[in-house]
Amino acid sequence: MHNAFAQPQTILLLGGTSDIGLAIVRALVSPTCHDIVLACRNPSAADEAVASLRADGRNVTAVRFDASQPATHAALITDVVSRVGDIDLVIMAFGVLGDQGNFDQDPVAAAEAVTVNYVGGVSSGLAVAAQFRKQGHGRLVVLSSVAGERTRKSNFVYGSSKAGIDAFAQGLGDSLVGTGATVLIVRPGFVHSAMTAGLAAVPFSTTPEAVAEATVRGLHAAKRTVWAPGILRYVFMILRHLPGAVFRRLPLG
Amino acid sequence: MNKLTPPTRLTGWGRATASGASVLPVSRGNIADAVVGAPERGALVRGLGRSYGDAAQNAGGLILRLAGLAGDAVLDTVQHTVTVGAGVSIDDLLRVTVPQGYFVPVTPGTRFVTIGGAIASDIHGKNHHGEGSFGNHVRRISLLLADGTTLEISPSQHTELFWATIGGMGLTGAIVDATISMLPIETSRCIVDTTRAHDLEHILTLMEEGDDRYRYSVAWIDLMAKGRHLGRSVLTRGDHATVEQLTGSATSSPRHYDPRVVASVPPVVPVSLINNLSVRAFNEFWFRKAPLYRTDEIHSLAGFFHPLDMVGSWNRIYGPRGFVQYQFLVPFGQEDALRHIVERFAASGAASFLAVLKRFGAGNAAPLSFPAPGWTLALDIPASFSGLGEILHELDHTVLDAGGRHYLAKDSHTTPQAISRGYPRLAEWQDVRNRSDPTGVWRSDLGRRLGLIA
Repeated sequence: MHNAFAQPQTILLLGGTSDIGLAIVRALVSPTCHDIVLACRNPSAADEAVASLRADGRNVTAVRFDASQPATHAALITDVVSRVGDIDLVIMAFGVLGDQGNFDQDPVAAAEAVTVNYVGGVSSGLAVAAQFRKQGHGRLVVLSSVAGERTRKSNFVYGSSKAGIDAFAQGLGDSLVGTGATVLIVRPGFVHSAMTAGLAAVPFSTTPEAVAEATVRGLHAAKRTVWAPGILRYVFMILRHLPGAVFRRLPLG
Repeated sequence: MNKLTPPTRLTGWGRATASGASVLPVSRGNIADAVVGAPERGALVRGLGRSYGDAAQNAGGLILRLAGLAGDAVLDTVQHTVTVGAGVSIDDLLRVTVPQGYFVPVTPGTRFVTIGGAIASDIHGKNHHGEGSFGNHVRRISLLLADGTTLEISPSQHTELFWATIGGMGLTGAIVDATISMLPIETSRCIVDTTRAHDLEHILTLMEEGDDRYRYSVAWIDLMAKGRHLGRSVLTRGDHATVEQLTGSATSSPRHYDPRVVASVPPVVPVSLINNLSVRAFNEFWFRKAPLYRTDEIHSLAGFFHPLDMVGSWNRIYGPRGFVQYQFLVPFGQEDALRHIVERFAASGAASFLAVLKRFGAGNAAPLSFPAPGWTLALDIPASFSGLGEILHELDHTVLDAGGRHYLAKDSHTTPQAISRGYPRLAEWQDVRNRSDPTGVWRSDLGRRLGLIA
C-alpha cells in the first residue's frame, strides 16, 4: 500500500535497465519500500541496478520481460504478484528510439520498434490495470514523450508510437477513476541517457534525475500528467498549433 | 458470494490515502450473510471514517456500513450502562443520554465517531490520566466472527478475544453492539480552568503537578513557536459542572444538550488554506486570546470536548492533497525525546496547528491499545509539505528509541517494523486473530500496509 506521501512498498519497473525508470525508482525508495522488481529483456543486464538498490533488507529481483511478446504480459504480472503481493507502483519505462534513417530503409524494423513501444505498452498496461482493479489500488507511471505531442520528421516512427501510448494512457486513467488506481503520464523532453547517447541535444534538454524528481512530485500531488521540464507544457502548447509549413522548418533535428 | 457493487474511492479523514472498495450498507439482520459471502480480499466495517489514515479502507474488498439507531439504545440507570448498536455515533448517543444525565465514559476530540470505531481504536480522551481509554469501560461486546456466527465477549468471557478486539482495528470481527459503562452527570456543562504556559518545561511541570486534581486535562501546544517560546501552550482542565455551580439561564435547563454544526467547509477547496503564514497567525491569536490564568468558567459539553465539530468537514481546508496527523507517545522519563521532536517540528517550518499534548495514565490489557504511561503529542500537517515523509521516518526512530509508539488510528505513513517495535505484543494479538479468523476475512489497508495481517 502507498502511504500518505505516495511512498510505495512494492515497485515494478517495466524496462528494468531504463535510466529514467531506475532514477524514478531511486527517488521513490523510502523506509516503507520492501520489494522492487526490475523486469527487462535480459535480467542479467540489471545486475548492477539490483545490487545498488538492495539495502535495508529490501528484496530486489530482476525478471525476464519482453515487451514485444504481448502474450507473456499477463503471466508476468501474476508472477510478480506471487513474489511481492499487491503491486503498489508500476513504472512503464521500456522503449526503443531507433534511427529514422534506418526505418526509412527497413519498414519491418520500424514495425518492430512500434510493437515494443506501443503494442507492448497496451498489453502490459492492460494487464497491470486488471491487477490494480482487483487489488483496489495502485499507480501506473507511463513514460510518454514530447516526441508524441507533435511528431517531427527526424523521429516520427518513435514519435507516433509515443503518441499512441500517451493516448492509451489517458484513456486508461479515465477508465480507472473510482477504482482506487491512477495513471500518471510523464512527458519528458530530450533526456541525456543511454537511449540518446550520441545524439545532439535540443533546447530544454534534461536528465533522468530531473525527470524522476518531477515524477515523484506528480505522484505526490496526484497529478494526471507531468512535463519535464515543466516549461515544455507551454512550449508544446504553441508547437502543437503551428502550421505544418512553419513547424517542419524549425531547427528541431 | 455477494453481488459486488462497482468500487467506490474511499479515503481516511486526512484525505491523503485512497483506495477503492465495494461498499455495502448492512443492518444487524443481514450483516452475517454479507460476511459469509465476502470476496477474496475480505471485509471490513467502516464507521464514520474519522480515522486519519487507511484504517477504515479495504482495497479491492468489501466495506460494510452498519446502520445504527440511537433510539434503540437501552440505558440502565441502576447499573449506569448503555447497550447500543456499534453503528451509532457518540453524537447521536449523547443526544439521547445527556438529557437523562449520562455522559460517555471517554470521548475523543470529535463526537462524530461510532461506538464500534471507539472500541476498535480504543480511543482516549482528556480523562485518560484518571479513567483510562474507552476499552476500560466496555462491559460486553457482541462480535460477529468470520464464519458468520456471533459471540458474546467480555472481560470475563472469551477474555483474549475481547482484549484483541479492544484496539483491534476491526480485524477480529464486526462489533455489532456493546454495553458501555456511562458516567452520571448532573448538568450538560463543564467547569473549566485555563492556564497559559510560556514554554515546554512550564507546561510539562504544570501537568505533572496538577493533572491529578482534574478529571479532564489537555494542552494545546504551539508547534510553530521557537526559541524561548518553544512549546508554549494553553492548558485547559475541568470537570462536569454540578447543578449548584450553574448560574443564570443555565439553571433553568441544566441538562439541555443540542450542539450544532455552525458552518461547513464546501466540498471543493482547490488549494490548501493551511500554510506557514496562516497557521502562524492563527496560533498567535489562539495563544493571546487564552487567559493567563482563569478558573471556574462554565463551558458547554460541545465547547469543551468537541470545539472542532462546530465546523463541518474541516478536513477540507487542507485542499485536495490532504493532511496527516502524527500521534505518538513517549514514556515518562523520556521528556528529552519529546523536546527533540517539538524542536524538530518548530525548526522544520511545517504549518502545524491544533497540536495536542496529553499525559496518559495506566494502559489496559489490550495488546494493540495505544495509551501507556507517558506523554502523547498529536499534530496535523499538510501532506504536501516538502520532505515531511523523511522527517516523520526520522522522528519515528526517536519515538521508538525512547520506548514509545504510534497510534494506529492516526497512522498513514509508518512501517511494519515501527509498529512491531512499538507494540511488542503484536504477535500475541496476531495469534488470537488467526485463531478466530483463520482464513483472514477481516482485512484493511492499514492491516496490509503495517503487516498486522498476513
